[in-house]
Amino acid sequence: MRHLLSIEDLDRATMERILDRAKSFTEVSEREIKKVPALRGRRVLNLFWEASTRTRSSFELAAKALSADVVNLSSSGSAIEKGESLKDTVQTLSAYRPDLIVIRSPHVGAAHLVARWTDAGVVNAGDGKHEHPTQALLDLYALRDRIGSLDGASIWIVGDVLHSRVARSNIHAFAAMGAKVTVCGPPTLIPRGMESLGCEVEFTLDRLGEADVVYALRMQNERMTDSFVPSLREYAARYQVDGRRLASRQVLMHPGPVNRGVELSAEVIDSPQAIIGQQVAAGVVVRMAVLYELLAGRGAPADQPRLATPVGA
Amino acid sequence: MLDSRPTARADLLVRGAHVLDPRSGIDAPHDVLVRGGEIAEIGAPGCLDTPEGGEVVDGEGRHLLPGFVDPHVHLRTPGHEHKEDLDSGTRAAAAGGYVAVVAMPNTDPVVDSASILLSLREQARREARVPVGFLASVTRGLGGEALTEMAELRDAGALGFTDDGKPVHRAGILRKALQYQRLAGGVLCLHEEDPTLSGRGVMHEGNVSARLGLAGIPSVSESTLIARDAALAGYEDGRIHIQHLSARESVEAVAAAKARGVQITAEASPHHLTLTDAALLDDLDTRLKMNPPLRTEDDRQALIDGLRDGTIDCIATDHAPHAREEKEVPFEEAPMGTTGLETAFAAVYTELVAPGVLGLALVVDRMSSGAAALDLPLPAIQVGRPADLCLVDLEAEWEVGEHGYESRAENCCFAGRTLRGRVLATVAAGVIAYRERSFKVVDTVAAGFAGPDAG
Repeated sequence: MRHLLSIEDLDRATMERILDRAKSFTEVSEREIKKVPALRGRRVLNLFWEASTRTRSSFELAAKALSADVVNLSSSGSAIEKGESLKDTVQTLSAYRPDLIVIRSPHVGAAHLVARWTDAGVVNAGDGKHEHPTQALLDLYALRDRIGSLDGASIWIVGDVLHSRVARSNIHAFAAMGAKVTVCGPPTLIPRGMESLGCEVEFTLDRLGEADVVYALRMQNERMTDSFVPSLREYAARYQVDGRRLASRQVLMHPGPVNRGVELSAEVIDSPQAIIGQQVAAGVVVRMAVLYELLAGRGAPADQPRLATPVGA
Repeated sequence: MLDSRPTARADLLVRGAHVLDPRSGIDAPHDVLVRGGEIAEIGAPGCLDTPEGGEVVDGEGRHLLPGFVDPHVHLRTPGHEHKEDLDSGTRAAAAGGYVAVVAMPNTDPVVDSASILLSLREQARREARVPVGFLASVTRGLGGEALTEMAELRDAGALGFTDDGKPVHRAGILRKALQYQRLAGGVLCLHEEDPTLSGRGVMHEGNVSARLGLAGIPSVSESTLIARDAALAGYEDGRIHIQHLSARESVEAVAAAKARGVQITAEASPHHLTLTDAALLDDLDTRLKMNPPLRTEDDRQALIDGLRDGTIDCIATDHAPHAREEKEVPFEEAPMGTTGLETAFAAVYTELVAPGVLGLALVVDRMSSGAAALDLPLPAIQVGRPADLCLVDLEAEWEVGEHGYESRAENCCFAGRTLRGRVLATVAAGVIAYRERSFKVVDTVAAGFAGPDAG
């Protein structure tokens, strides 16, 4: 495997291999010295051209725990702000001979484009509303840890599906692991043609009781201005997962950050059903496993690194 | 009202080509003699003599067709000459077999006054390789608020009016344009899209957009505005031409309007007739991003049926060149548009005629029938008519873009595909406007001939 661009590119066996390796890395995170030399001397560039807390910090921690050298770049303060194109930025940074580029972009297909323009491996850390494959993997990890096999499990993804890359990646990931996926939300926030991804579509929570796992999505305030929903009040009344709607046997997930009192009520966030914290924790070990999958075993860097002049720097 | 640079009229004998002109009812091998840029004689193969001072081309095994007319191209001049200029755009047209093209006014400045139009026509008389006609904008600056001086623009040579690239969003403004059309004349060419429905969409709204997480442009964004504008045209007894149909619902809306007797014509593009949004799943190629977007197989079939039964009157490329750096960006950031002049016939021939979906005669007709929608003369292979011809080799296969393009731009949605049907030579308004690089002249009798590079 050279890149991780889309969860659709992974078959079940590959996903399971990554999850198993992530499990073996938990031991590293529990040490006093949280570092192993597996990727010593490898260069990882984190390009985050969109705000991120969890994904960015966990990619950085994961690379550092494996002893890779990491540089973080964000659009603010970079040449992007001066109008440099994505292509020029990627080709410039590629002159530093990175082994891996992790990219978060507001644009669909950005990671695929980067892969076309660089010799480095590329990890998609979220491209617009398209995909977020490492989120799907860490969700699989956290869920597998809680319920064991996903085979036959009913998983409901609830909320703003239209604007969610997590929903798209997770539908594929959950289905590949044998689960039955239902998406549920206001009709204005379920894209036309969604069922073609292989999920069922519901517009009410009436049958939520059938779910084994409830995966709530973040409801963003700016959706109000575009009239996707008339008010947060009405949204919460219809779609909030709260103590009445969540059964004790069900597992609750959320990709964060949570809008308390909107998509989730406070009591379910803090309930034993919720594995939101475990999802965050899984982020580091799963991303370690992804970096390891893509970088370990590939040829060690040349003893004498070539002097490269960055183009246009 | 068409302009091109003055060049010597051709004296030319095309020997033994299969002449196919559905309008003249010719469908057999003939010799065709062009003298002084006019079709002088049509005779049995081998019976006509070489014109004095002219040249002979071997048409054996090739087809001689009436030249194509494109009612919808963007020549990007003035203001965006880095994408295309009058010379390169009309070179591309000639290479595609076109003998006349109609340029859209969404330039910088917008063609919204007689002085801009007149200077542009003057430029065309210096630079254009094939005759070019111009549409002026319906509203000043494409602002959608105030009508242009339509009567004066018509006097200055505007073939008609369009705000192409945008719809005339306000029904009241379009109604006034339709009323004023009684004075000014000239067809109103309409880009149909309700911006409140298409929003920030970048592709067709459907299964593929759901999968890619891209904002969609629903089919009803187009069809609802067609229905509205057909109602207005019917009410005001005005004449409208619907640009680039893309959706089944749109074909149905045009058919319904025609059935009611509305004066309405419509066009469809080679890309909408041959490609679907599924092509985006491969790698989100920005060359496949255009407005209206590629839609589904069902929509494509409806367009083909519409073209066959005459609901859609003609094929128009919506040739929309963009610079490489403008298209080498993430899909959502890329400008809309594909080039089309150099590939139109080959794409339609390869995808629709060769597999037997549409007859060659029908496609040949629809490749130039856009002339009628804009009140331009229809090319015909008849004695006494100006020579508007293209010679094609239907068997020749070629890879799009392999040898570059005549257009300044390379954003062709068919790039890399192998197409059948190669234009070998184009005679536009009696002038040899193009000859394919491999195409050999059999015999040139010195003087008299001025090829495209001779002037």
